[in-house]
Amino acid sequence: MQTNFTAEQLADPHVAESEAILRRCVHCGFCTATCPTYVTLGNELDSPRGRIYLIKDMLENGRAADAEVVKHLDRCLSCLACTTTCPSGVDYMHLIDNARVHVENTYRRPLVDRLIRNVLAFVLPYPSRFRAALKLARMGKPFGPLLGRFSPLKPLAAMLTLAPANLPQPLPQQSRPLAVPKRGRVAILAGCAQPVLDPRINEATERLLTRLGVEIARPKGEGCCGALVHHMGREEQALDFARRNVDVWIEEVEKRGLDAIIITASGCGTTIKDYGHMLRLDPAYAEKARRVSALAKDITEYLAMLDLPKQESRGLTVAYHSACSMQHGQKITLQPKALLRNAGFAVRDPTEGHLCCGSAGTYNILQPEISAQLKARKVKNIEATKADIIATGNIGCMTQIASGTKTPTVHTVELLDWAYGGPKPDKLS
Amino acid sequence: MSDVISFLQPREKVLARRSTIIADLADLLPADCLVHEPRELVPFETDAFVAYRRLPLAVVLPHTTAQVAAVLKYCHRYGVPVVPRGAGTSLCGGAIPQEDAIVIGLSKMSRILEVDFANRTATVQAGVTNLSISDTVGPEGYFYAPDPSSQLACTIGGNIAMNSGGAHCLKYGVTTNNLLGVKMVLMDGTVIDLGGKHLDSAGYDLLGLVCGSEGQLGIVTEATVRLLAKPEGARPVLFGFTSSEEAGACVADVIGAGIIPVAIEFMDKPAIEICEAFAKAGYPLDVEALLIVEVEGSEAEMEAMLASIVEIARRHGVKTVRESQSATEAALIWKGRKSAFGATGRIADYICMDGTVPLSQLSYVLKRTGEIVEGFGLRVANVFHAGDGNMHPLILFNANDPIEAAKAEAAGNEILKLCVDAGGCLTGEHGVGIEKRDLMLHQYTRAELDQQIRVREAFDGQWLLNPSKVFPLDGRPQTAGAA
Repeated sequence: MQTNFTAEQLADPHVAESEAILRRCVHCGFCTATCPTYVTLGNELDSPRGRIYLIKDMLENGRAADAEVVKHLDRCLSCLACTTTCPSGVDYMHLIDNARVHVENTYRRPLVDRLIRNVLAFVLPYPSRFRAALKLARMGKPFGPLLGRFSPLKPLAAMLTLAPANLPQPLPQQSRPLAVPKRGRVAILAGCAQPVLDPRINEATERLLTRLGVEIARPKGEGCCGALVHHMGREEQALDFARRNVDVWIEEVEKRGLDAIIITASGCGTTIKDYGHMLRLDPAYAEKARRVSALAKDITEYLAMLDLPKQESRGLTVAYHSACSMQHGQKITLQPKALLRNAGFAVRDPTEGHLCCGSAGTYNILQPEISAQLKARKVKNIEATKADIIATGNIGCMTQIASGTKTPTVHTVELLDWAYGGPKPDKLS
Repeated sequence: MSDVISFLQPREKVLARRSTIIADLADLLPADCLVHEPRELVPFETDAFVAYRRLPLAVVLPHTTAQVAAVLKYCHRYGVPVVPRGAGTSLCGGAIPQEDAIVIGLSKMSRILEVDFANRTATVQAGVTNLSISDTVGPEGYFYAPDPSSQLACTIGGNIAMNSGGAHCLKYGVTTNNLLGVKMVLMDGTVIDLGGKHLDSAGYDLLGLVCGSEGQLGIVTEATVRLLAKPEGARPVLFGFTSSEEAGACVADVIGAGIIPVAIEFMDKPAIEICEAFAKAGYPLDVEALLIVEVEGSEAEMEAMLASIVEIARRHGVKTVRESQSATEAALIWKGRKSAFGATGRIADYICMDGTVPLSQLSYVLKRTGEIVEGFGLRVANVFHAGDGNMHPLILFNANDPIEAAKAEAAGNEILKLCVDAGGCLTGEHGVGIEKRDLMLHQYTRAELDQQIRVREAFDGQWLLNPSKVFPLDGRPQTAGAA
């Protein structure tokens, strides 16, 4: 597409990057077809092509974001289905990232919206704050339906609805190195929301890797990957998280060596794999961040390299839900299903597998109505497979889908741990 | 923005009433159906023919036929032009609006209303995408045949407006051959039904008239289409040649021998490289031209047809013949082909031509096309429906360079004229739109064009429906507005 930027505008590296991305787009419209919000709302303004055009118009004119543009950008799930579909290779992810930073820097949100976002950014990335907040939310749960009646308060109602009734407690670490040949040394991202909502995921990961002869490093000091605030356009906060993690992991790499940084939440994986890009303009971190991104591996990517033995059929069918951050963000599509089949599960692909379940980080809180429609559609497609179990690789999707179905929803790695000698996942008992 | 092609002057009376019109539309429609904030109108200013752009006065996105009828009735009463829009994937500017027009977008009307396997028909709303029909009936062993490359996104309503084709139309025909009925709203708001679940209707073939009328006779809101049973098997086969001319001559000989495969698609070297880089389909990179020939039927039928084609291809010095070995590989071969235009965006901006020529002229027109584009100092990639003689030269240029953009347009016009002079026509499947409008007098005499204008006026005497398109602005009747 033709673009119209002055040399002065292009001197800003973020504008220059956006311009290069826009130049790739030929406005063919293919992306509209696989965009969850376009499919739901039927308005081009809520499609990738529409948003690309809104962003182009805003940036070319050097204009502050306004309510109309923000409304449509906020509705983007960042599921990146459009980037899988796009034949021209438009890097929509970095374009919407840049646009979100522009919104954050130039637009003053209405008071309630601002407050809710501040709370989310203050609480979610920190496990202790998040745990405390969930306890409070449990008490507030009865007020959810009441709050839902007032439009600006809908996100609060959604938060209360989403808060689980009880939280599983972490188990004491049982894994210790076994007498098997050492196959590698990895760090596992502890994460922020995941260990609070479901500590079983990383427990299963540790057990499985340990049995396979992979040593687990435990570098101190890592925190949230930064994705939550990154998607709100809070760039400095996101980069601070990224720098902190880069420091921790690079120190580990240099002192004791790491073969991989294992991530069990694909949403975080997409962001950590992008650290190299996010910190490219920071001379002190650019190179280190690139190294970290290159080491980042989803747990299924890593396990696929270990050549696990084929297991007998377990007589169970699994509907595999590919998280958007897995299939579109990281383009990991084959390994999780191949691992599950190899481990003795019959795997089914729900129809419309490319569509987001509506979780999308904080989206189910900030855009509860669209999110609920996407959840219903997703659950219907998954349940049509008549599978015994739902497996997925992202905590957000697990929470979202589990809140809409009675079919047990587990992390892929929990099933793999079970198949290779670990305990049966709680949720299946 | 290019300015070689002009639009109609906006009607001053309409512009002056903008706020009243918007208020009236807000009364006629639910809030989520009206777009009028200036910022929000910008994304509707163009379609996939992105060189031309005009802001609309407002956009409406109705949910029902009754809402479409209410808007058209209103626009008819107050003389407000309307521009219908499906998915906005037109390559000839069919959905580009104008300053005094209301865009009527059908994107919210995207439900499949009825699938009737006993009668092998599907009735769908106009905003349903082409591919979703086949996706819906596929598990039962059926499909909807016309398959434009944009089938993932483009709508049935748009397909009917442009009488769209696609790779598999060589055997199954284009939209008009697979359309059985429509529900259509006339400009005054009257709702009519044409055709039904039967192949032909009594009286004049009005359905044939509507199909391909580029949104100038009315707005189709529902369509009944034919479903076909899927063949027993289907297999795309890659034929690599040492020159485009040989590949073109091979196509002419295959069809001339009375062999009709389901599809014969052509790619020249630049197109092969572009598509392979995107789809990794295993297209041969050491040939000058590639034919994708798809055969279908029982194993014996496919073998027999392939053997005859291979024999003809050998006479043209075919360099490689490779059959797809799996369903995944076949899907990749088609993915690469169908993404060709978009994938071209990875290396340059482009405009896509759509001329059709008699097969005997294919080699000559290909050669001349190359010479014309080279004469303008530009590059070309050819990827098209060779079995139909429907050519799609993609003229590559830099959209941020106005001189190159003008050259690309001029080269395109020469190529289209060449197609007409070779005994073909300006458009195979994309439609005339704004892009080829001013070349219509190269195709038709004034008298022929006036006859078409009379048909148009019988439906829309005020020239309100998609008024800047199809007919050159000069020589129109007074009612049509001024250039």
